[in-house]
Amino acid sequence: MIDDVGTYLTDPARWQGSRGFLTRIVEHVEYVGSALLVALVIALPLGLLIGHTRKGVGVAVNAVNASRSLPSLGVVILVVLVSGLGRAPVLVALTILAVPPILNATYAGVSGVDQGTVRAARGMGMTERQVLWQVELPMALPLVWSGIRSATLQLVATATIAAYVAIGGLGRYVIDGFATFAFDEMLAGAVLVALLAIVLDLVLALVGHFSVSPGLRAANRTPSSSRSATA
Amino acid sequence: MDWGWIVDNADLIGGLLVEHLWLSGIPVVAGLVVALVLGVLAHTYRWSYPPLLALAGVVYTIPSLALFIVMPLVLGTDVLDPLNIVVALTLYTSALLVRTVVDGLDAVPPAVRQAAVGMGYPALRRIVTVELPIAIPVIVAGLRVVTVANISMVSVGALLGIGGLGELFTAGFQLRFFTEILVGLVLSLLLAVAADALLVLAQRRATPWDRLGSTA
Repeated sequence: MIDDVGTYLTDPARWQGSRGFLTRIVEHVEYVGSALLVALVIALPLGLLIGHTRKGVGVAVNAVNASRSLPSLGVVILVVLVSGLGRAPVLVALTILAVPPILNATYAGVSGVDQGTVRAARGMGMTERQVLWQVELPMALPLVWSGIRSATLQLVATATIAAYVAIGGLGRYVIDGFATFAFDEMLAGAVLVALLAIVLDLVLALVGHFSVSPGLRAANRTPSSSRSATA
Repeated sequence: MDWGWIVDNADLIGGLLVEHLWLSGIPVVAGLVVALVLGVLAHTYRWSYPPLLALAGVVYTIPSLALFIVMPLVLGTDVLDPLNIVVALTLYTSALLVRTVVDGLDAVPPAVRQAAVGMGYPALRRIVTVELPIAIPVIVAGLRVVTVANISMVSVGALLGIGGLGELFTAGFQLRFFTEILVGLVLSLLLAVAADALLVLAQRRATPWDRLGSTA
């Protein structure tokens, strides 16, 4: 059976064409990438603001906790039924699910910076803006990256599920394979999605590692609570 | 909102709720047992912790739908077997909780451990009767995260025909029927809130010494 998957996946003909693996992988990465970008644009400034000013922490904690219990399939289906089939509604649903982990990690990272360090920065005459950009953000970066990794995994998983409401991506093989009792097709899709998730996570881990200031890397320990559960 | 539909289909909804409960509940219990055993082992034999953590990380990286589909290969089950969902969620649960268990055991104050050693506790008895109870707040914190995650992940199984309340999503989508989807969403959220509250209560019961100044 495992050999069957191997031959299925290495068949060059299956990699080409508009329904081939290559197209589907690119589609999948496109969904994940665009939803991640929008989520970053929303969650990063908000997280920095909440973390720096420590205002609205209670609201943010509750919102993030509540979002963890949202079933992703239900969210995708509800958003699509409300706003119609197509790419945009699916991207909206994906973004909704990607914002909380990034927001959570950003404000936790910024507000977790040692207050002695922040006061020292102010004492040196840094403006609030400089404190945020030159002290708090660099020190929060390891945690921010772990939030981005969580969000990415959530997106890869949910983009697969979203194939049910008729978009492209690797989930197509799973949904279509299930509908036609083609287990080998489903399995090929599952293996590719799993590999994609692992590769993206590794790439982000590397980028994250090298974007963190060398002086902070030694202390680069992410608490277990920072990598939240993904669907 | 079509209230009549809810009343007429109370049996169906109740049945799916019960299915959802055991599809997410059994993995929490089974995963906790696996994580306790592995966590105690990793705590005792330190060299085994980094590889175990790496393995747990890989398991956690695999999207749920993909893991559900790979399960029949490992277990020899049918694609439609609920066991696939239960075992896959058990894997996620143990992968997340192993780290929590080790973190919890590591956080036991050294003085407490030394006192137990000094009183002549053998290693295993010390861990089970002294260190694990002290680690309960940390472990329950992880348990809460993973329980809520399981409850939301079970729904994904609906794409393979076994998803508890998730089946209301797929059925509702096929019929473009909002009520059914909303019922699934609300019950799923309520289930998560109830399970979370239950765990908090259970922790208070299990750690009566921790009531003063507890933040967990």
